[in-house]
Parts: sequence; C-alpha cells; structure tokens
Amino acid sequence: MLATLIVVFREVIEAALIIAIVLGASRGIAGRGRWVSGGIVLGVVGAGVVALFADVITDSFSGNGQALLNAGVLLAAVCMLAWHNIWMSSHGKELATEVKQVGAQVQSGKRPLTALMIITFVAVMREGSEVVLFLWAIAAGGEAHLSMLAGGLVGLAAGVLVGVFLYRGLLKIPMRHFFTVTGWLVLLIASGLAAQAANFLNQVGWLPALGTSLWDTSHFLSEGSLLGKMLHVLVGYTARPSGIQILFYVVTLSVILTLMRWVGKRHREAAAARAA
Amino acid sequence: MLRRIALTAALLGTVAALPVSAADNPPVQIDIKAQAFQPAEITVPADVKVELHVVNADDLPAEFESYDLGREIVVPAHGQVKVFIGPLKAGRYRFFNDFHQESEGYVVVK
Repeated sequence: MLATLIVVFREVIEAALIIAIVLGASRGIAGRGRWVSGGIVLGVVGAGVVALFADVITDSFSGNGQALLNAGVLLAAVCMLAWHNIWMSSHGKELATEVKQVGAQVQSGKRPLTALMIITFVAVMREGSEVVLFLWAIAAGGEAHLSMLAGGLVGLAAGVLVGVFLYRGLLKIPMRHFFTVTGWLVLLIASGLAAQAANFLNQVGWLPALGTSLWDTSHFLSEGSLLGKMLHVLVGYTARPSGIQILFYVVTLSVILTLMRWVGKRHREAAAARAA
Repeated sequence: MLRRIALTAALLGTVAALPVSAADNPPVQIDIKAQAFQPAEITVPADVKVELHVVNADDLPAEFESYDLGREIVVPAHGQVKVFIGPLKAGRYRFFNDFHQESEGYVVVK
C-alpha cells in the first residue's frame, strides 16, 4: 500500500502543480473552473486509454511508440495554444490583458478558455497514464485490491492537498506581478512543451541532440526540486538542455510571437480602415 | 492539384528517408529485476550517441527516468524500451526508477 501511495502521490503532485499554476494565473476570470475541470476529465480519460494500450503503444514504431505519442500530443498542444494566442491577437488584445475584460468576454462567450483546458489536459494525461499503468499492474499482480486502492486514494488526496496549498500560495502574489493567462504564460508554456517534444524525438533518434548539457545548472536548481518543477512548467526550465530543446523553444517563441504581432497589426489596420 | 501531390510525395519521401540514426556502438542493456537496475552502473564512451535497451523482467511496470540525461519512459512489465542518449560529455549521469525511487543507477561517460 505504501508503494502505491508514494507513486500516486508523486505523479498527482506533478499534475496538481500545473493545475494550481493555471488556476492561479486565471483567477478572477469567470468560468475558468469549468474549462480546467473539462481538461482534468479529458486528461483522466486519455490517461486510461494510454495505460490500456501501453503494451501496444510501447511496441509500435520499433519500440518508440511511447516517446512518439508524447511528442505528438505535445506538438498538437503547442499548435492549439499557438492558435489560441493568435486568435486572441486578432481580436485586438495586447499581451497584458485586463482580467475584467477577459472575464466579460468569457461570460459573453467571445473568448473560450481553451488554453486552460489544453494545458490541463496534457498535464493530467501524461501523469495520469503513469498512475493508471502502475495501479493496473499492481491490481493484476494480485496484491490485495483494498490496500492498493486505499494507498492510491491517500496518495491522490495528498497530492491534491499539496496542489491546493500551492494554489493558495500563488494567490498571495499580487496579480500585477503574475502573468496573465491570455498572454505570456501561454506563450512560454507552449515553448516549453515544444522543447519537451523535441527531447522525446531526440530520445528515439529522430532528431539530433545538437549538443547535450549546453549549460548545467543542476547543482544550482535541480529539476527535481519544487521550484525547479514550477519553472519547468512555467518557462520550460531544464537543468541540462540539449541544443535541439533550446532550438525548438526559441523558434516556437519567435514564431508565435511574430504571428501574434502580425495578426494583431492587421486586425488594427482593418478596424481603422472600417472606422475611416 | 498535380503540384500538391508532388509536394506531398516529396515531403513524405523526405520524412521516410530521415534515418532512424543507428548509434555508433552496439546497444547497452540494462535489466530491471525486483524494481532495481542491473547493472546499476554502465560505462559508455563520450561524444557518441549510445543506444540503451531497458528490459523489465518484473510483473510491475518501471519508469526509466533521468534529469541528467533528460529521459523519461515507462517500461511495461515484461517489456522493453529503446532509449538513445548522448552524445554526452564526460561525467556521471544519474537515472532512477520513478516507480521505485530507491532504485538508481549511473551512466559513467569517459
């Protein structure tokens, strides 16, 4: 039971961390609970599916299936987040948007918070699939189901509790110092996800590393530490990045930003022309 | 229409031709028994891509994970996965079983 508890606890914390950040960054925006909950539900379903087909996925593509699935999901999320940010630019908003304006737009249905749902979904699916896989195997192995279930539930509750504490802590940061969800946060998260995708593709030999450990800050800030994990989620921090990760990060950031500015400019010009 | 077909074919052809690059040395095998790695320490040459085969002999899944190497992959029960690492600079790189964190190992690069 302890083994189950520990594994579930740790995986849940990773997902809870992302959810806490997403919720903290979107505070005050009406309706964001629905979008995040939607992401959680979809993530759980996705996790179940992945765990169910774990053997098949792993064996496919000459044993590269898992990494390719991860890369695929991550890149799809990057595209959706990019589209979300560019869509918002085409509605005339600057990167640092007033929370109240965003809230009003969500309520009137003009601005769905799909970004929140996508980020949440990816996080829950990735961590959840590991949890489901592990619990499934233990159940199949015949360990007393009750003790396993108890361990899993306690681990889940403990992980959620940590997430709640983290969320409360994030709420103490004044909003003006915190990224707004509809701008830089999504941009940096998307860039981080792209770097992760690049890493998975490098893992299976589809992309070259272009140098490993281009910097080594693992003694300064380990990726295993809570702050390291938070920075990993927020800005894609990696202690020992490979060149391909940095490349994907920078390119993604530049491309999305450029498209956002370009589309935003075109929208403003069109609006000005109409007004004239 | 014809141009679209040609372009798609060219793109697919390029993707298919992308080599799933073979590492310069034969693959190194790491077994997982009783959730622990055997061997717990492997030595590989520096500056070359290395292929690891992680073979899980247990009834429980394991997760081969490493912050130093930037790798994270579930190895199903009685399953195996292929992981490329490197080219690496000389040093010690720690990996562990995320499903049983007491189990760890090192890739020593010389």
